[in-house]
Amino acid sequence: MSQYLISHWGWYPPLVYMLMAMLAASLVLLVIAGGSVLFIWMERKVAGRIQDRLGPTRVGGKFGWLQTIADGIKLLSKEDLRPEGADAMLFRIAPYVAFCASYGSFIALPFATGWVGLDINVAVFFVVAVLGLEVFGVILAGYASASKWSLFGAMREAAQVISYEVPLGLCIVIPVMIAGTMDLTKIGNLQSGWFTNWYLFHDPFTFITFFVYYTCALASVNRAPFDLAEAESELVAGFHTEYSGLRWSFFFMAEYGSMFLVSALGSVLFLGGWNGPVPVAAWIFGEHASQLSGVAFVLANVLGLMTFILKAVLGVTVMMWIRWTLPRLRIDQVITTCWKYCTPIAAVMFVGVISWQLMGLPSGGDVLPHHEQGLRRLPGSLRERPFEAGDAVPAANSVGFESEHADRERGQADG
Amino acid sequence: MRTGNGGRRMGEINGHTVLFLFFGILACLFSLAVVFSANVVRMAFYLILALAATSGLHFLAGADFVGTMQLVLYVGGTLVLLVFGVMLTAQNPFISLRTAGGDWIVAALVGGILLVILVPVAFQIGLPPQDAGDIEGLTQREAVASSEPVSVPTATRIGLGLLGVPGDDVSGYLLPFEIISIHLLVVLVGAAYLARAKRKVVVRQESQNSAGS
Amino acid sequence: MFDLLTQPVGLTHYLIVGAVMFVAGAVCMATKRNALGVLMGIELVLNGANLNFVAFGSNFLERNPAYQLGLDGQIISLFVIVLAAAEAAVALAIVLNFYNNHSTVDVDRADELKG
Repeated sequence: MSQYLISHWGWYPPLVYMLMAMLAASLVLLVIAGGSVLFIWMERKVAGRIQDRLGPTRVGGKFGWLQTIADGIKLLSKEDLRPEGADAMLFRIAPYVAFCASYGSFIALPFATGWVGLDINVAVFFVVAVLGLEVFGVILAGYASASKWSLFGAMREAAQVISYEVPLGLCIVIPVMIAGTMDLTKIGNLQSGWFTNWYLFHDPFTFITFFVYYTCALASVNRAPFDLAEAESELVAGFHTEYSGLRWSFFFMAEYGSMFLVSALGSVLFLGGWNGPVPVAAWIFGEHASQLSGVAFVLANVLGLMTFILKAVLGVTVMMWIRWTLPRLRIDQVITTCWKYCTPIAAVMFVGVISWQLMGLPSGGDVLPHHEQGLRRLPGSLRERPFEAGDAVPAANSVGFESEHADRERGQADG
Repeated sequence: MRTGNGGRRMGEINGHTVLFLFFGILACLFSLAVVFSANVVRMAFYLILALAATSGLHFLAGADFVGTMQLVLYVGGTLVLLVFGVMLTAQNPFISLRTAGGDWIVAALVGGILLVILVPVAFQIGLPPQDAGDIEGLTQREAVASSEPVSVPTATRIGLGLLGVPGDDVSGYLLPFEIISIHLLVVLVGAAYLARAKRKVVVRQESQNSAGS
Repeated sequence: MFDLLTQPVGLTHYLIVGAVMFVAGAVCMATKRNALGVLMGIELVLNGANLNFVAFGSNFLERNPAYQLGLDGQIISLFVIVLAAAEAAVALAIVLNFYNNHSTVDVDRADELKG
């Protein structure tokens, strides 16, 4: 599109690139900001219902739809306070660091086949990497506030996030290993067809992995019961004790943004992403979205987009449900959960999935009756092929590296 | 100013150039900020930004796996550790330790000499050879560099290279990979031991003292 | 030299950014009295070198096969990143130990072994 603007309309190229970048950026911003507005309202409603209350009922009609907007206006009108001993620059910049990290990781997150800010080959890795940078915002905020509550919160956050990156990484590697690629779009498309193709149902190990992933994701975005960094009963408000107004709300946008992100990532990795439990789009349009073009592609993708967002929102809702159900852990319990439970379980699952693949046991999609499955067999051009058929490497070795899909695909290519 | 300069030859400014200028200038500026900042916490912050900008440059050069690795390991791991250390030791007298004037002169001398050596070398190596026979190579290079940065899948080939399977443009690296794995393990144990040895000694002395008294 | 701004981005551009980072790191190591500042200087130096490796390894920046490193460059920079992480962990442990013993992080005060 940018090439079109340059060549046909003769626009000044840097301007066009800036424009296109801003367009993409504002679309993602819309998702985060709109998402936060929705999630804050939902959080109040869910909390209310769980505690047998009604939640907001007045602003904007019966269900209090506009409650978040009212909150936002209140926050905007608050004074932007800064403690006297604070490191002024770091204090001001910390919320934006947290927000940028959460925002930046959306770059590589596909919302449907081909609808992605930047199609990186290592998207999974990238998303996790950038999301991990959010911790800097929190640490800087805690340090710069010159308040011991903030500093305690920041230290806890740092210890917690670094620890949980290990099991989180292990859990993420498992679907990557099954798919044989780190490209989120491909991982999503490989799970098309019936819900039995989702990696959640690939084998018993992946089923357990998903729940470990969800626990670790919960911890790495600092949601209850792992919200030690802002434990309001011990640390006033943790790292954002000294913040008010707009800067404070940036921390919350970052938090809700990353909640959505980890749910969305989990849904791509384990729950089929934009593929519904039943291949409705494939029935209507005859093919999976990635093989369509024109209007049919857009329609199928819109359907996929809705499925995807539904799954992610469902994930966020469960996070809220957990928050209002479970009590907060102590810091030592948090670290124990990570190192004594999550990491060993994830490691065992890792070995389990490897053995499952190595022994060629049937996956979920094989056990149940086979239906026509759009992209389970990716066309060769869409997949990287680690090995050529004539490679000098013994065939027995290659089974370990490759997924069964690759095997199947190779069988096709050969046969 | 920069875009105006390039405006004379419009076709050459593309997304890659714009992004390169953005990340490159950020990386340089923040590395200099690390040098000239006196406050150690701010130094850490500038370092984070400089390294993040460098990872952007890695992406632009087509090394997406290395760029992500930089974000995960360097920015996400090493620097969190560093910031942790800064916060543990940052008490008012140490937050900004002033450097003596003499040190600055020596450092400027060393830095200046290094820069004088490195920059001409960069020009010599980077610019295409002036031989007539290489004109074809030049145009090819221009054609490639002025296209959008393409994401060439590198992760698979790097992984295979690390497992000792040589590819067409990579040799096998199984032994270095194993050595580094063992090295990391040793470092992990060593660092844990170093960081907690002191506390153990104190506890033992206290218990001895209390036993003695 | 000002051709840099009008030419398509090539190897030279990357090498110059790498050189600036390297020099900044070296100066940082020379001037900082805070041990952690010295550590940050080392990180900058390693990153400057890393950038050069990646630029040489990138076959769409450098088309001249005589200079191409291919993926080897990327793998070497991976090793550098991993070793830098290890180095930072050990250095940090040493600094913390030093801080515990001497209640300072000023490297100029670490002179007990002076003859």
